[in-house]
Amino acid sequence: MEENNNTHSPNEPEKSKASTRRDFLKNLGLAGVGVATGAAALYSGHIFEAKKEATGESKVLLTQDGRLVSVDSLEIKSHEKTGEDLRESQSREGIPGRRWVMVTDLSRCRNARKCISACQEAHHLRPEQYHMNTLQMQDSPNTAPYNMPKNCQHCDNPPCVAVCPVDATYKRPDGIVLIENDRCIGCRFCMAACPYSARIFNWIEPKDAAKDQGIEYNAELNVPQKLGTISKCLFSADRLREGKLPYCVEACPNSVYYFGDENEDSVTNGTTKETVRLSKLLRDNGGYQLMPELGTKPRVYYLPPKNRLFPFEEAKDATPEKV
Amino acid sequence: MDDNKLTFDKITSDLTHHIRINKGFLVWMGFLTVSLVACLYAYSLQLRTGLGVAGIRDYVTWGLYLANFVFFVAASLIGMLISAVLGLAGMKWITPLTRIAETIAVSFAAVAGLVIVSDMGRPERLAYVFIYGRPQSPILWDVTVIITYFALSLLLLYLPMIADMAILHRKGALPSWLKGTYKCLSLNFTDTPAQNRIINRSIRMLLILLVPMALSIHTVTSWLFAVTSRAGWDSSIFGPYFVSGAFVAGSAAVIIAMFFFRKNYKLQDYITDLHFDNMGKVLVTVSLVYLYFNINEFLVPGYKLQRADAIHLTELFSGKDACMFWIVQIGGLVLPILLLFFRPFRKPLPILVISIAVLIAAWFKRYLIVIPTQEHPFLPIQHVPQNFVVYTPTLVETMITIGPFILVLIIITLISKFFPVIPLHETAVEKGVEDV
Repeated sequence: MEENNNTHSPNEPEKSKASTRRDFLKNLGLAGVGVATGAAALYSGHIFEAKKEATGESKVLLTQDGRLVSVDSLEIKSHEKTGEDLRESQSREGIPGRRWVMVTDLSRCRNARKCISACQEAHHLRPEQYHMNTLQMQDSPNTAPYNMPKNCQHCDNPPCVAVCPVDATYKRPDGIVLIENDRCIGCRFCMAACPYSARIFNWIEPKDAAKDQGIEYNAELNVPQKLGTISKCLFSADRLREGKLPYCVEACPNSVYYFGDENEDSVTNGTTKETVRLSKLLRDNGGYQLMPELGTKPRVYYLPPKNRLFPFEEAKDATPEKV
Repeated sequence: MDDNKLTFDKITSDLTHHIRINKGFLVWMGFLTVSLVACLYAYSLQLRTGLGVAGIRDYVTWGLYLANFVFFVAASLIGMLISAVLGLAGMKWITPLTRIAETIAVSFAAVAGLVIVSDMGRPERLAYVFIYGRPQSPILWDVTVIITYFALSLLLLYLPMIADMAILHRKGALPSWLKGTYKCLSLNFTDTPAQNRIINRSIRMLLILLVPMALSIHTVTSWLFAVTSRAGWDSSIFGPYFVSGAFVAGSAAVIIAMFFFRKNYKLQDYITDLHFDNMGKVLVTVSLVYLYFNINEFLVPGYKLQRADAIHLTELFSGKDACMFWIVQIGGLVLPILLLFFRPFRKPLPILVISIAVLIAAWFKRYLIVIPTQEHPFLPIQHVPQNFVVYTPTLVETMITIGPFILVLIIITLISKFFPVIPLHETAVEKGVEDV
């Protein structure tokens, strides 16, 4: 085509004319693109220079995921959000600088189930709905049975978050996996994906549905519970925001739970309020995680049930026959 | 058939004489409509009071609805096997079966979309999947491929029908509203070589597109399970295992549909014993492939018996689900394979019986894939009501599960009643009869 245009065959004056016009338009277009590119380059250069000039002093700040970064002071803008906006963004962004972690000492659990009732009361759950459940475990026929409190493991590689089709469950920078039940479509893919059976579903009208009417939804408390949506342990994110320990940790009469911040390498026992080094606690007691082979990277650690302080007793069920 | 007497008009009347509203049709549709209304009432109960009306609870959280969804997606795959795989391979005998296969594909794919909505705790938030959709979630992939597959199948049902619509509009002694509809649908087709070229080329393109899309829909559906770490689902062959199983269910569905269309619409001259014989061979072939994947799926973990697998397989082989498992595996797979090796069993009536058995077994197989795995999670199920531990479907749930089947029957009945079950134009072209 190109060659034909240039030779200007005299037998085809019409076509040649049309081609010339097309060529002209093509060239015009090329020129236009060239000008636009040049202008863009100049403009970005200008922006770059303008940025360079804004040199205040350098400030060192802690980001939400716990990194220290240095930022030019003139670049720092205050974060202004109010009301619902704030709550929504807070519950997504988490508590800056923290990496929450829980340690459960299996040698101390006597299945008092106080953690369970405190949790169920706080989150408005029915008796058969568990964010935290104490299981009676026996790993093999010849090993001793023990009680194992089991809650959401707040995995760093959470299978539930991966499969959620609508971003209704999410992992926060402070390590907590939360649920937004205003968003949940009730497909229960997360329940199928969770190897710890940590998630529950509101199959029927939630216990306090009538009482909770009109309360604004708080994702950090998961209240009000909503029919047809998922619920699960939240590490009591609302309590953490107030600087308090989770409901279950505080309610335990037998000093089973430690809770704290991995960044600070310290955890506090909910019963004795004693604060210890996380790394030392895990090292000295052979701390481990549940099913680490699945690659979920849980944020809940267990201390093995050795030298148990209480004899193992078969648990009595308080749940109804059928729901 | 006497070939001398085979004229274009005869073919037209043979293939379209059923297009009229008769008493049988009204009674059948009335029955289906009443049944559907009953099932819709059951669904309205679920809408009002929540998923709790079903037997599913926190451990077995995916029950009949999910098994049903997998079954519907499976059955819809047959459109691809018959039209695309056999068609592109140059098999001529499939011509009278293509529309039946496509009708099954379209109706099952369309209804599969509804089945999955019935499993949602918050069906009114369906739009969130499109508004807030996360491409990381296999559900998004499933939604995408099912919609695409449905659209392709619908086009593949429609394009070969354009020529038929033109013929019906010209020749049929039909009510004027029906003729008007046909005229509209025929897009002014006048059987020119140029028009035929466009249609044939488009059909071929659709057939080629259909192969990867059909493989995708069932592979992605299998991934809803295989991406989890649960025993019984954590399998790397789930994709081909599901796809081969889908061909078994779909072939059986086509054979059943062939039998009833042939009988009710008097198509004995077009759907012959040879077609049943060939479909029997197709069914036995895909069943053998499925058997191969079954052996892989159960023998390999069964040999190792890792802890969670051991619990799961023991329940299937000799525990609570053993009865269903062996009936499904032997009655729905091994026995049909053995019988279909012999020609007498590929005659219309015996193969109908075998296909019905295969199709029912195929549904229960989906149940066995979906439910038992959830009854044995990694950690023990404790301190919950008895109905959380053992899954028992409720009456309402069963009705909501039956509803989609009725809807599929309604769609298939309507399509087959108002359009030629066997491609008219194609049959005429193949028989070498010209429209004069």
